Amino acid sequence: MIKLNPKLSQKFSYTLLCFAAILAIAPVILMVFIIIKNGASAISWEFLSSMPKSGMCVGGILPAILGTLSIVSCAIVVTLPVGVCAAIYLNEYAKDNMLTRIIKLAIVNLAGVPSVVYGLFGLGIFVMFLKLGVSIIAGALTLSIMELPVIITTARSSLGSVPYSFREASLSLGVSRWQTIRHVVLPNAIPGILTGAILSIARISGETAPILFTAAAFYVPHLPRSIFDQVMALPYHLYIISTQIPNMPKNIIYGTALVLLMMVLTMSCIAIFARIYFRKRRKW
Amino acid sequence: MRKVLDFIIEKIIFICGTVSIIFVILIFSFLFKEGFSFFKDFGVLKFIGGHFWYPSSDHASFGILPLIVGSVFVTIGACAIAVPIGVMTALFISEIVPKGIRDILKSLVELMAAIPSVVIGFIGMITLVPLVKSIFNLPTGLTAFSGSIMLAFMAIPTIVTISEDAIRSVPWQYKQGALALGATKWQTLRRIILKAAMPGIIAAVMLGIGRVIGETMAVMMITGNAAHIPHSIFEPVRTMTATIAAEMGETVRGGMHYRSLFAIGLVLFLITFLINFVADLFLGKNKNT
Repeated sequence: MIKLNPKLSQKFSYTLLCFAAILAIAPVILMVFIIIKNGASAISWEFLSSMPKSGMCVGGILPAILGTLSIVSCAIVVTLPVGVCAAIYLNEYAKDNMLTRIIKLAIVNLAGVPSVVYGLFGLGIFVMFLKLGVSIIAGALTLSIMELPVIITTARSSLGSVPYSFREASLSLGVSRWQTIRHVVLPNAIPGILTGAILSIARISGETAPILFTAAAFYVPHLPRSIFDQVMALPYHLYIISTQIPNMPKNIIYGTALVLLMMVLTMSCIAIFARIYFRKRRKW
Repeated sequence: MRKVLDFIIEKIIFICGTVSIIFVILIFSFLFKEGFSFFKDFGVLKFIGGHFWYPSSDHASFGILPLIVGSVFVTIGACAIAVPIGVMTALFISEIVPKGIRDILKSLVELMAAIPSVVIGFIGMITLVPLVKSIFNLPTGLTAFSGSIMLAFMAIPTIVTISEDAIRSVPWQYKQGALALGATKWQTLRRIILKAAMPGIIAAVMLGIGRVIGETMAVMMITGNAAHIPHSIFEPVRTMTATIAAEMGETVRGGMHYRSLFAIGLVLFLITFLINFVADLFLGKNKNT
């Protein structure tokens, strides 16, 4: 084998790594570009604000947008407080014992359960066992369990980044443990927790498999009226019109994909910029 | 009064802390309840090893071997693409580019992770599937191969983010020591940093595999959903996840077919449980070094 000059081999390898990075990122940018280019023409106020008509081939996607918004907002209302409390327990109260180790293992495994299995679970427990039926609330509860590990992990790391001396200063003044957490630790951790929450909202807005059997409907002729209604949801709607309906006008499919993609990417961008902003402003 | 309030709040926090254990147990027991009653009626071995998935014919047969092979084909294909690209990208981002560009690239990778799987599936159907069909001259472009490519893009963000963390947590003394001995940057990177970060990178790969096995919507849209044992990756396959998602809607609640889908869910749950457990062990190892 020829022994390469180390400098030359470094140059060669760096080029290779750069090429890999391009290969990882460029196709995804291309995908986004294709959707924007083809979908932009479909977007109009009417498309966003009217009901689908004649077998969904004309008209808008308003019920799907509202359906997704209602499922996601219900889910976050349930999961955020529980997740933050769990993070507080793990970061502030838990001792290094068997229970804590089991909790951490459970979180890791919840994070890895496939989304379609959450869908099965939601069908089993919320739709059938608790008799909530296929509804916004059943879908939202399913999504909230799915998002719990993510919320716990991000909340925990933002609680953990509050310096220990803050707690010591407060505790040495005779303030109780919960009061210290409530008035010293939490206010400093709020930006991180909120950023994590926004990222979670973005993620669950695009999830389809968990709501497939728990909340989503093929077509609902009216807007969602209560949390016990079946609804149309944006990702499920995209799935339906791109695979189940033949001769669907392409620009409506692209338009729906674009709306979903923009919803998710805008929220993720907000979260990423907020994180950069708060990190710069942090005083410790 | 305040003491009582504190006490109540601390109890609530404790309950929330244990809630994830409760959910893991609940998920397992719900899948197990339906799955077990199915196993009693049909038999575990016939289920895992059976070659035929005909859930709705008169002589219903629930062999999930074709589905397992389908999942394995797609997963291996996706990993063959995503692992080298992902690890190399992580090396590039963490060790080569200047800090300003690194932050931009990391944000981009994070945005990639946020793209919904239906959107990936839709784009794959429109662009990749016809391409695969014409390049390889196949009867259909809906194959395990197309699925692997699209799923690779979903696994790459996971692999990059976690490998990058592992690479950056390598103690800086290792790097300085190697450089001081006269090694070039690339030699240091390949022989020292990559080795020290290996447990973390293995964990990243395992979590990437977990993501691919559990992926549902994109595979359902791209891989063709033919429930037979494939001979090559250029044939349509059907994965376990896609089977659950596609068939749950048409089953009779409580019937054989319905319970068989829960049994598939149980198999998936156990597989991902194992993968995450092992990945977690590797991640713990990484922290100790």
